[in-house]
Amino acid sequence: MHRIAHAIAALPDNPALSARTVINGVAAICDPLGGLYLPDFDILVVSDLHLEKGSAFARRGMLLPPYDTLATLRILDAVICRHNPKTVISLGDNFHDRVGSALMPEVFRQMIETMARGREWIWINGNHDPDGTVGLPGASADELYYAGLVFRHEPAKDASAGEIAGHLHPAATVTRREKRVRRACFATDGRRLIMPAFGVTTGGLDLRHKAMHGLFERQSLVAHMLGRDRIYSVKFANLVG
Amino acid sequence: MNQIDSASRAETSLSLPPPFLRWFADKGWQPRAHQLELLSRAQGGESMLLIAPTGAGKTLAGFLPSLVSLTERGKIPPGSAFTGIHTLYISPLKALAVDIERNLMKPVGEMGLPVRIENRTGDTPQAKRQRQKLNPPDILLTTPEQVALLLANGEAERFFKDLKYVVLDELHSLVTSKRGHLLSLGLARLRKLAPGLQAIGLSATVADPMDLQRWLSAQKAGENNHAGLITVTGGARPQISILRTEEHVPWAGHSAAYAIGDIYRAIGETKTTLLFVNTRSQAERVFQELWTINDDNLPIALHHGSLDVAQRRRVEAAMAENRLRAVVATSTLDLGIDWGDVDMVIHVGAPKGASRLAQRIGRANHRMDEPSRAILVPANRFEVMECQAALDANYIGAQDTPPVGKGALDVLAQHVLGMACAAPFDPLALYTEITSASPYADLTWEAFERVVDFVATGGYALRSYERYAKIRKTKEGLWRVSNPLIVQQYRLNVGTIIESPMLNVRMVRRNARGALGRGGMPLGKVEEYFLEMLSPGDTFLFSGKVLRFEGIRENECLVSQGYTLDPKVPSYAGGKFPLTTYLAQQVRKMLADPARHASLPDQVRDWLSLQKDLSMLPKEDELLIETFPRGSRHYMVIYAFEGRLAHQTLGMLLTRRLDRAGLKPLGFVATDYSLGVWGLEDLGAAFRNKRPSLAHLFDEDMLGDDLEAWLNESFLLKRTFRSCAVIAGLIDQRHPGKEKSGRQVTVSADLIYDVLRSHEPDHILLEATRNDASTGLLEIERLGDMLSRIKGHITHRPLTQISPLAVPVMLEIGREAVGGDAQDFLLAEAADELFGEVVATVPRVS
Repeated sequence: MHRIAHAIAALPDNPALSARTVINGVAAICDPLGGLYLPDFDILVVSDLHLEKGSAFARRGMLLPPYDTLATLRILDAVICRHNPKTVISLGDNFHDRVGSALMPEVFRQMIETMARGREWIWINGNHDPDGTVGLPGASADELYYAGLVFRHEPAKDASAGEIAGHLHPAATVTRREKRVRRACFATDGRRLIMPAFGVTTGGLDLRHKAMHGLFERQSLVAHMLGRDRIYSVKFANLVG
Repeated sequence: MNQIDSASRAETSLSLPPPFLRWFADKGWQPRAHQLELLSRAQGGESMLLIAPTGAGKTLAGFLPSLVSLTERGKIPPGSAFTGIHTLYISPLKALAVDIERNLMKPVGEMGLPVRIENRTGDTPQAKRQRQKLNPPDILLTTPEQVALLLANGEAERFFKDLKYVVLDELHSLVTSKRGHLLSLGLARLRKLAPGLQAIGLSATVADPMDLQRWLSAQKAGENNHAGLITVTGGARPQISILRTEEHVPWAGHSAAYAIGDIYRAIGETKTTLLFVNTRSQAERVFQELWTINDDNLPIALHHGSLDVAQRRRVEAAMAENRLRAVVATSTLDLGIDWGDVDMVIHVGAPKGASRLAQRIGRANHRMDEPSRAILVPANRFEVMECQAALDANYIGAQDTPPVGKGALDVLAQHVLGMACAAPFDPLALYTEITSASPYADLTWEAFERVVDFVATGGYALRSYERYAKIRKTKEGLWRVSNPLIVQQYRLNVGTIIESPMLNVRMVRRNARGALGRGGMPLGKVEEYFLEMLSPGDTFLFSGKVLRFEGIRENECLVSQGYTLDPKVPSYAGGKFPLTTYLAQQVRKMLADPARHASLPDQVRDWLSLQKDLSMLPKEDELLIETFPRGSRHYMVIYAFEGRLAHQTLGMLLTRRLDRAGLKPLGFVATDYSLGVWGLEDLGAAFRNKRPSLAHLFDEDMLGDDLEAWLNESFLLKRTFRSCAVIAGLIDQRHPGKEKSGRQVTVSADLIYDVLRSHEPDHILLEATRNDASTGLLEIERLGDMLSRIKGHITHRPLTQISPLAVPVMLEIGREAVGGDAQDFLLAEAADELFGEVVATVPRVS
C-alpha cells in the first residue's frame, strides 16, 4: 500500500529520503519508490515491472484485479518525474508473460509513450518476456554494457564487478520488539547490485534464501529496504531470515 | 429414562419393524421416547431437529427413520434400474464419519438389515469414489466439502434423485461457520434434486433452536417454514468443581503451571481423564509439565489438530481401548466421538463460554444416566471468577452459542461456480433456490447478480476480462462454464477451510559427516509464521517433545532432538476463543455482588475486597475507568468485560481519538476482561477537565468514520481478504498441475488487496472482507451493544496508583514487551513489585 499511496503523493519537488551507494566506482541513488538513479550518467534503472500480471493470470483462469499495470505505471511515472533521466533502463520481466506487451490495452501503451518522450528507453529481456516488447518506444536487448557497468536481468554466478541485475526480487527482514518487518530491498556489496521488483503485485525473496547464495560478499552486503517514504539501509549481519 | 408408557409402547409396535423390536428385546433395551417420536414425526413427513445431550442415543435416533424406511423397502434386486442414495449423513469431522460408520454397522449387522453403508471423505480412494457413483450405497456418510463436490458434478441429479433423508450431525457447530453457509446452499440444491427430501438435524443444546429449525427447511418470503423440534433434557447433572489449591493463583497468564501438581494427583485418582485446554501451545506446555513430574509413569498422551494424523489415530485407538490414564487435548476432541470410558474431565484455563463448557464436560461418562465429573482449573484470578460464573451458568442450563449469521458472499461465489460446473443454470431459478437457504434468505437480487458477475469476469468496473470469462451466458440465457479447466480448478479448491500456511515438521538425524539426513518421522504441522521467528539451533515444544530447529527444506521444517529445559513454545494463531457475551455478563454480575464473593477462593476474595477499598467494584451495568500515573506514563484501564477481540477494536479506536485530543497515546493492551491504554499526557486530568469528556470519548459515533478509517489501514483486513479471495475463487489455493505454497498465496493476496483497495474500494470481495472482519475478527456489533449499554453509566476513578483489578492487564503490558522464556521470570518479578505497591498504600491490610 505504502508504495502506491506514496507514488500518488510523490511530486518532483518533494524529494524522498534516498540512499547513496557506489557500484564498482559508479555513484548510485536508491529511491524508495524502487528505482536506481545513476546521477553521473543520468540513467534511471527499474526492474521486474511484471506489467499485465493480472491479465496474464486471467488468461489462465484466475481473474486478479486488472489494476496492477495502472498502479505500477503510476509509480514509474512518479519516479521518472522525480529524476527526469535521459535514459530509462527496465531490467527485464517488463511484462509478466510473452504476450503481455502485445495484448496490453492502448491506454497503458500511451502512458508509457508519454513517459518515454524525450528520453532513451531500453527494455532488457527477462525470463518472463524473452522475446522483447511489441509496439512500445525504445530498444530491446539481452544485456547492456555501459560506463563500466553491465545491465542484465538474471544475475550471473561469476559476473565481473559492476553488474546490475533483477530477477530475484530481493527482500529483507528485520525484527524489533518481537515484531518482524519485511520489505523489498536493493541488495549490494559494492561489486554488484540486485534491484527490488518494481511491479506492485510482485512478491519478494529473502536475501537469506539459498538462491541468493554466492552472489554477494556478505561482509559488505547491505540491504537498502524500501520504506514508506525513505530507504532504510541495514547490514546483512543485522537481518533475520 | 427408559420408562415408556403403554401408549408409546403401542406406537413402538406400530412404527418399528420386527428386526428392530427383536434387537431391542435381545439387548434388554427399550427404544427411548425421543427416538420413537422422531421416527413417527419423520414418517409423517416432517423435517426434524433433535436437541439432546451427549449419550442420549442421538445417532441411532437420527438414523432410525432411514433404517426403518430401508428395511421396509428391502434389498434392490439385481438388474433393477439405477437407484441413487437413500440417506446422506453429513458430519463436520472426517473422523466422526468414520466413527459413525463403525457405530452404525454394529446394530445394522446385528439386526441383519438389508442396508449398505459407506463413507466418502477426502481420504477415500479414487476407485471407491468411482464405484460409489456407479453403484451408490443406501447410506453415504460424508463431510460438507464432499457434498459440494458431488453436487458440482454432472451426475448429481441422478445420484441424488432418490434421496429421502439428510442427517446432519453436530449441526450446532456446523451452522455458525462458512462451512455451514456452503452446506446450507448444498442442502437447497439437494431439495431441488429430491423435492420430497427431509432433513434431520442432531445438535447439542443451543441458545436459539429456531435458528437451526429454519436452517433445516426451505425458506420462502412470507412463510414461516421450520423443522419440528424435539428436545431431550435431563441427563444426570454434572458434578463440576473449581480446583481448590494451596498454591498461589497467578494474577495473569494462561499456563496454569501452578496447578500441575494438583492436576497430576487428580489424574492419579481416576481411571481415565480428558484434560482440555484452549490452545495448542497450552496443550504442549501442560503435557510437558505433567511428564516432568510423572514419577509413576502414568500413560498420558497428547492430542491436538496440528499433530500428525497417524499419531492422532494411535492416541484415539489407545483411548478407545482404555489404555490411557489421561489425554491432554484441544477442541479436536470437542465433538461427539466416542472416547471409551472417560470418567473425568479437567478443564485448564477458563472455558470462555457456558455452552462450550457443557459440551466438553459431556465427554465424561458417555452415558446419559450417570453424572459427569469435571474440575475447572483457572489459570489466573479473573479466570477463577469466570469459571465460577460458567459453573453457575451450567447449573441453570444457560446457553451462549453464537447465532447462525448471514451467509457470506465469498461462499456464495464458490457455490455459484460449482452449480455452473454441474450444469448450465438459469439465474432466476438459482436465485430462488439460494434464497431458500436460511442464511441467504435476505440476499438481494442485486447482490446475487454482482456475485455472478464476479464469478464470470471478476466483477471489476474496468471490464477488461470479458474474453477470459469463467462462466458465460448462452443464447438461451443460461450461465455455463467456459472450459473444462475451470471445472478442474473448482474441484481442487472447493471448501471454506483456509488454514494459515503450515509446514510439515520432520524429525531428522545428522549423518557421520554432520549433514542432515533425508526421511525421518513426521511429527505434524506448524504455522509458517512461527517458524519464521526461529533461527537454526532454537528449541521449541511440539508433539510433546523438545525439538531443535535445524532449518527449512522445501515445504518441510527439519528438527532434531533438543536437549534443553527451557524451550520456546509454539504459538498458534487459532484456538483462542474470546469470552462470550453471556459469560461476560455473569462475570460482571459476580463482580458487582459482594455476597457472591463468598464462593470464591480466599486469594481472589481478598483481591476483590482490596479493590473495593482502594478503588471500587463497578456495578453490573456500570463501566469503570481508572486512571493513574506510573513511571513516566499515564494509564487508563477500562473494565468492559467484552472479550479480547472487542477490546482490541475498542483499543484501536480509543487511541485514535486520544491522539486527536492531543493526549499522545503510546499503546494499548487487551485481555478478555479489560483494556489498558497508556500515553504521555495526564489522562485523568484531561477527563476531569472534559478535554475530552469520557462520554464523548466513548460515544457510539466512534463506530462510524473512525472505524472506517482504521479498517482501511488495518493488517487484520489483509488476512481476512486472503481467505475471502481463496474461498471466492479469486486466488487458487491449488492450481491444476501446480501446487502453490501457502506463503506464495499470502504474498500475492496482500499485494492484490492493496491494488484492489486503491483502485476499486467498493469491489464485492472487499465488501465480503469487511463483513467478515466486522463480525468475527472485530466484534463490532458487540462493541456497539456495549457502547449503547454504558451510555450515562461511565464512572471515572482517578487514582494516584495502580489498583488491584488493574494488575492483570498491566502485567500483560510487560508480556507484550519481553519475549521468550524470560517472560515468566520477569512476570513473576513484576507481579511482586506491583502487588507491593498496592499493599503499601493500606497498612491495615498488610
